[in-house]
Amino acid sequence: MLQIENLHVSIGEREVLKGINLNIDEGETFILFGPNGSGKTTLLMTLMGFGGYTVTAGKIVFKGVDITEMPTYERARLGIGMSFQRPPTIHGLKTRHLVSMCARGREIDVEGMARTVNFDEFLDRDINSGFSGGEIKRSELLQLMAQNPDLILFDEPESGVDLENMTLIGNTARALLDGASSPMPSTCMRDLRRRNKTSGLIITHTGYILDYVNADRGQVMYNGVLCCDTRPTRPRDILDHIGKYGYKECIRCLN
Amino acid sequence: MSELSQIQVDLNSYSFTGRQSAELPDFSSLTEESKQELRMVGVDVDAVGERAGTFLQFDHSTVHCKSSGKGVEVLGMRQALEKYDGLPEYFWKAMDPEKDDFTRAASREELHGGYFIRTEKGAKVAEPVQTCLLIKGQNVGQNVHNIVVVEEDSEVHIITGCATSHGVTSALHLGISEFYIKKGGKLTFTMVHNWGEDVMVRPRTVGIVEENGVLQNNYVLLKKVRSVQSYPTIYLNGEGAVARFNSVIVTPTGSHVDTGNRIVLNAPNTRGEIISRTITTGGTIVARGEIIGNAVPARGHLECKGLILGGGLIHAIPELQGCVTGVELSHEAAVGKIAQEEIEYLMARGLDEDEATSTIVRGFLNVEIMGLPQELRESIDKTIAELDASDAM
Ligand SMILES: Nc1ncnc2c1ncn2[C@@H]1O[C@H](COP(=O)(O)OP(=O)(O)OP(=O)(O)O)[C@@H](O)[C@H]1O
Ligand SMILES: [Mg+2]
Repeated sequence: MLQIENLHVSIGEREVLKGINLNIDEGETFILFGPNGSGKTTLLMTLMGFGGYTVTAGKIVFKGVDITEMPTYERARLGIGMSFQRPPTIHGLKTRHLVSMCARGREIDVEGMARTVNFDEFLDRDINSGFSGGEIKRSELLQLMAQNPDLILFDEPESGVDLENMTLIGNTARALLDGASSPMPSTCMRDLRRRNKTSGLIITHTGYILDYVNADRGQVMYNGVLCCDTRPTRPRDILDHIGKYGYKECIRCLN
Repeated sequence: MSELSQIQVDLNSYSFTGRQSAELPDFSSLTEESKQELRMVGVDVDAVGERAGTFLQFDHSTVHCKSSGKGVEVLGMRQALEKYDGLPEYFWKAMDPEKDDFTRAASREELHGGYFIRTEKGAKVAEPVQTCLLIKGQNVGQNVHNIVVVEEDSEVHIITGCATSHGVTSALHLGISEFYIKKGGKLTFTMVHNWGEDVMVRPRTVGIVEENGVLQNNYVLLKKVRSVQSYPTIYLNGEGAVARFNSVIVTPTGSHVDTGNRIVLNAPNTRGEIISRTITTGGTIVARGEIIGNAVPARGHLECKGLILGGGLIHAIPELQGCVTGVELSHEAAVGKIAQEEIEYLMARGLDEDEATSTIVRGFLNVEIMGLPQELRESIDKTIAELDASDAM
């Protein structure tokens, strides 16, 4: 589904990603760990193609297409969806309207979808205007449900979320990724099978999301490179390891 | 000449006589093009029966004037002056004819018409009254005088379209408007402008609102015009009176629009709000606003927000004047551009750059809050969408 080869990315003069190699298969969910400032968000932004993130070497291939130079909206239409950590407020743009635009002409039940993430009461509010941390997460998930992407990029799904909302967000993320407990009962079988193939790339510090999604593999980003690719890379083991020893193990591994 | 200096109008360049049109008993004889022109400024030509009244002025003649007769009277101004012995309580009573060159010109030149709209006491007029002042000839000077009287405890929505016909590039519109909102009356007044590119527009408006009266004023100008200069002034003279202005203005290259609103809070418990959203795609906008607090308690808020897209100039001039202790006045002004972050957010949802831009622009202009009838809102939305495509965003 996604192949990243020797990716180098600079922000301004500064090289932030220094040769990333990563494959994510169809239906696979990959977990990205790493200390603050190591470049995790930068990788997601680069995958989405935002301005300010300059690819100086390497390439990104999605569904067999080299998307390294592709504009953001084409990547979205090709099937990459992202949950934003701090999305901007757009005044005068109703959440309802944005959600229906995410579907790009496909018939969707906005109200029904919103109810599954407990967000129907927000549909008539301007998007992100005064949304709390947990509300932003639900709004982002709702947009992703409408968008129905094949690869979901999720930056710290648990940040700023209370326990009750964590369950809702975790279950919704899972549903988006594996389609098993589909939030959309009306989805036809073809779509279900298609959604079985949804891949994920999730950044987490706490690992709470691991209680909900079937994460296959993970790695630690450290100072712009991915480490421990030769070790057992079950996300839980990595998390335990970081918990016990901190990130200094990664430094050793890199050296 | 600097962008900000006033655009001069030479009254002698326009003909104030000789453009008479025949009466238009119904709209079946109008060409599809003319109908479209009327629709663009909010006149529902297809379902006239669903309006409480309809008034049309072409150049120097009132050509159509009808009302359903339910709670509201709609007359041409000349007819009204005749019927009511010169309207001594209202005609040039709120507005001083010596105010400036244009009020003087309006009082001196031949009066071409305009409308007189008066509600009945206590009548809640459910459907809007629609009026249109259209200039159909090149270099025509149109001089109209409008009077709206909202009697005690009555309500009405007036939609006024002012426009030039397709192909008319140069003209002058002089319009005097006087609003009288009596005790507990409510006037929603929506004005849509759609002019030719060299047209000069000099409306002069004054309103007086009595106890617990409400004026909700909406103004929409999206197309190119040479120059608009207007500064309606509303006096809230009765306790509890409220005035709200919402303006949505776009200036393409070549447009010079100097407009704003003034609210004078003359009684206790009055409230005034002036909100403008302006976009320049190359033209000049002077967005004024002034709230004067002469009584307490009273509150006023002014909000001018402007976006510069692809050149142009926006000069926001919010002014507050508090003359007594305890008056609460505030303002908020911002001139900027569309945030790249917002465009990228929408692009990440699959909208291309044009779609993202027009979505943000539509939200910024926020015509929704005006609460307009659906056809008018759709027509405005369509114009906004077209403007995005053609005006170098
Ligand atoms: N716009 C920017 N301008 C300058 N430096 C930036 C910019 N964005 C990111 N950086 C820098 O790039 C580095 C990587 O940042 P990034 O946001 O990718 O880290 P992260 O791994 O997501 O960290 P966190 O766990 O704190 O979210 C940091 O040192 C950050 O300061
Ligand atoms: Mg981050």
